[in-house]
Amino acid sequence: MKKFSVKTIVAIGIGAALFFVLGRFVVIPSPVPNTNISVQYGLLAFLSVVYGPVAGLLIGLIGHALIDFSYGWGIWWSWVIASGVFGLLVGFTSKATKLEEGEIGKKGLIKFNISQVICHVVCWGAVAPALDILIFSEPANKVFTQGLLAGVSNAVTTAIVGSLLCVAYAASKPKAGSLTKE
Amino acid sequence: MDNDIVISFENFGFQYTAQAEPTLYDINLNIRKGEKVLIAGPSGCGKSTIAHCINGLIPASYPGKATGKLTIGGQNALELGLFGLSKIVGTVLQDADGQFIGLTVAEDIAFALENDCVSTEEMHQHVKTVAKLVDVEQVLHHAPHEVSGGQKQRVSLAGVMVNKVDVLLFDEPLANLDPATGKQAIELIDQIQKHTGCAVIIIEHRIEDVLHRNVDRVVLMGEGRILYDGSADRMLCSDLLQKSGIREPLYVTALKYAGVHLTEDMHPASLTELSLTDSQKQQVRDWFNRQPTPPAAEQAPVLFQSENLDFTYPGGHHALKGIDVTIHKGEMLSIVGTNGAGKSTFSKAVCGFVKPQSGKLTLNGTDLSTLSIKERADHIGYVMQNPNQMISKTQIFDEVAFGLRNRGVAEDEVRRRVEETLKICGLYSFRNWPVSALSYGQKKRVTIASILVLEPEMILLDEPTAGQDFRHYTEIMDFLQQLNRQGITVVLITHDMHLMLEYTPRAVVFHDGHVIADKSAAQVLNDPEIVAQAHLKETSLYHLAMTCGIPEPEEFTRRFIARDQEVR
Amino acid sequence: MTNLFNYIDRSSPIHRLTGASKLVCLLTWSLAAMSGFHTPLLAILTLVSLGLFKFSKIKLKDVSFMLGFTFVFMLLNNLLIFLFSPEHGVTIYGSRTVLFKIAGPYVVTAEQLFYHLNVALKYTCTIPIVLLFVCTTNPSEFAASLNRIGVSYRISYSVALALRYIPDIQREYGDISQAQQARGIEMSKKASLVSRLKSVSGILIPLILSSMERIDTISNAMELRGFGKDPKRTWYSGRPFAKGDWIAMGLCIALLIFSFILTAVNGGRYFNPFM
Repeated sequence: MKKFSVKTIVAIGIGAALFFVLGRFVVIPSPVPNTNISVQYGLLAFLSVVYGPVAGLLIGLIGHALIDFSYGWGIWWSWVIASGVFGLLVGFTSKATKLEEGEIGKKGLIKFNISQVICHVVCWGAVAPALDILIFSEPANKVFTQGLLAGVSNAVTTAIVGSLLCVAYAASKPKAGSLTKE
Repeated sequence: MDNDIVISFENFGFQYTAQAEPTLYDINLNIRKGEKVLIAGPSGCGKSTIAHCINGLIPASYPGKATGKLTIGGQNALELGLFGLSKIVGTVLQDADGQFIGLTVAEDIAFALENDCVSTEEMHQHVKTVAKLVDVEQVLHHAPHEVSGGQKQRVSLAGVMVNKVDVLLFDEPLANLDPATGKQAIELIDQIQKHTGCAVIIIEHRIEDVLHRNVDRVVLMGEGRILYDGSADRMLCSDLLQKSGIREPLYVTALKYAGVHLTEDMHPASLTELSLTDSQKQQVRDWFNRQPTPPAAEQAPVLFQSENLDFTYPGGHHALKGIDVTIHKGEMLSIVGTNGAGKSTFSKAVCGFVKPQSGKLTLNGTDLSTLSIKERADHIGYVMQNPNQMISKTQIFDEVAFGLRNRGVAEDEVRRRVEETLKICGLYSFRNWPVSALSYGQKKRVTIASILVLEPEMILLDEPTAGQDFRHYTEIMDFLQQLNRQGITVVLITHDMHLMLEYTPRAVVFHDGHVIADKSAAQVLNDPEIVAQAHLKETSLYHLAMTCGIPEPEEFTRRFIARDQEVR
Repeated sequence: MTNLFNYIDRSSPIHRLTGASKLVCLLTWSLAAMSGFHTPLLAILTLVSLGLFKFSKIKLKDVSFMLGFTFVFMLLNNLLIFLFSPEHGVTIYGSRTVLFKIAGPYVVTAEQLFYHLNVALKYTCTIPIVLLFVCTTNPSEFAASLNRIGVSYRISYSVALALRYIPDIQREYGDISQAQQARGIEMSKKASLVSRLKSVSGILIPLILSSMERIDTISNAMELRGFGKDPKRTWYSGRPFAKGDWIAMGLCIALLIFSFILTAVNGGRYFNPFM
């Protein structure tokens, strides 16, 4: 593995801390039991775009594992891994998004959202349930339904929270060109 | 070449990659072993850039083009690189929380040793020794949020001292400390320098506070150039500081107002060593007697009242113990006290963020406990310390409109009120700009505007000028004063003594959950007992008045401030 | 807030084990429990883990808060499994012993109940171990432990940074959230889901953007003190392995191997009393 820059290491640490705080303390209940609206995935998608796939993977893994640790309900490996994979995939698919240069635009946003929706579907519709079946032999219809619901709600959350974050971040970057007072 | 020189800039210049103009021009500066140098200058003068060049963050983190030569410890700084330089130069950053990366005090001190692969046993020994030196050995196993701001800074200092460096570099060490802790920090730096023989470089714009202990040299910077390099005494005799927009020590300004001609041999750089002849003292007394008494403020009707307010946090911390405070319409007052004295809990209780267990808060006679957070905000606005923590929109207009839109106000009404507020705040010409294009001070204005647009009767600001240089400080405070003159009651939570003295006629002092004083800022700062309890510092004007045999130091302070505001 | 992960500083043989060996034990134990559905083994593991709990001087009331979460989670999950797939046990065990009928497709079979017992046991044999790990491992030791078991020190340090800055970020979230509520954002159920999410973004944007500024400061501070210059580093809170550590790790690794052998000998992951 290539050597990370110190900045990436710090981004992973702070990113995981943010993921943890959002996942643990910002609880917006959803109608489906066991499944909360998880704003942290909007954050994760955004950070993966900015800091890249490996950072995304580790933020998801560390952040989610810490949440599980703090609840004490054992580590739900299937979902922890799925969170990491989500960060990884979004990081890969949105690589070309030029947030750092202060540009996002309509095209960038559409690309970001297509990518995040596909990644959510893959992670919650396939990775997490498959691992649940493998580890716990849970009934397929249960885990797929659960995964799908989680995927849809996470995708909606990411579409709103993640997109707003991308826009806000891009706007916070200095841009070339001068501004005039009116 | 002189062997004693640790840092040498020769015809040095630097330009950041992202910028069109160089930030440093033609810098020639030598720093010798064991020397203590203060580098001062307003924001943007290039003093932080010099610091980054010395510690190697330039070019490691901030790329750019350097010209001329920089030699550190006899070697070319560029060849040494960041890690090589870290063995010679230890940097204590301004943001103590950002620099405190360990989970406990001990781990943070050990951080550099860990990176050097020192064995665990040796590390424990070493940490203990250094912790003793900076007096944190009692809190070695505490987490960062369990220690005070002053202790955090000591930990940072210990964390760079473990490297046995030759140069200690302090980047604005006073920015986040209360006055008393800042004074201790300056004393500690002095003591460490004498103990270790390190060269010490302090980058700071608060000259008076740094000069609490002797410095060998002052380097004054402006617009990327060195304007002055010499003794502090000689600098204070000139008008260089005023010209650069940096605040002189108050007693120096007072002497100048009194017409005392300052010379180097009077030692104006040190309040304790300052020597005045009898005729000079007479000059100060005459000036004092000539100055008119500033008029006392009239008593307006009561706007806000806190009666016997009591609050205990769920964890058991009894933060407010029967607080009585009355605020009058149109007042501008400051609430002061140490961290943990209860001043921020009080403001949270006022805004409804925490629910007091007993006591009563009223505004215009209405009981506030019946109102929600949102409803209270229509009457009392709260502005956070850091504007970046409040701004959530990308456009200035939207940011200011946020509160109104959340309240379902019709869009044309929103437009009218936002535009009006932007005009009051001097932001109208920027209304279509993105927030990111603004300076820190302008962002602060935007956050104040976003609160004012809700038309509150009173606004509460948490440390509005923290970390700002004199120019920005003046800009923000003049703006608040102007709002106050338009009838808005302004409450400032602060530990900036200048702010209290210059802008708020009245100061309420919190200590350990109680109000221990509620009187004029000048009275507070001239009362040694309150000053000690609230971690403030007596103003140098008090000492000057005493030295000159003026029996009413408070009145001297008041007259000085009145005169000073006229001049500025 | 100081003790989010509920580390309880007492003196017990479990506390004295190094974090690294406890981490190895936690991982091998969970893997052993996850790998199969061998009911007697799961039952024994449950008993042993409860015994270890007693051994660690951690009291039930120390962890009652965490147990509460776990219990609700477990109950709901079992309920969902039954709702979705009342015949799941039948498919797994290949026989059908009807005990009683509820309504429609919902028939309670012995096989289904046995399957639920296994799912429950899988929880109960790992939860005490996770709680033990959390309660007896000093967070300071955690990063050193990860590094010890082979995770690169850079990644280990990012875990330490997460632990370090969680309380700061939590406090900042609270402050920002209060100030924004005063400006009128609505997060209660009164608002629609989309507008709630937009509101929450009003808190998240300043929180996250200011945290990203902090990333720059922290990485500067770390580099200024030489982080990342060598291929390895030492740890202030690291401890050398003692005899107890080797024994504990040995036992847990043996357990893992045993569970694999059991699966192989048994010819499958399931212990089947119905055949």
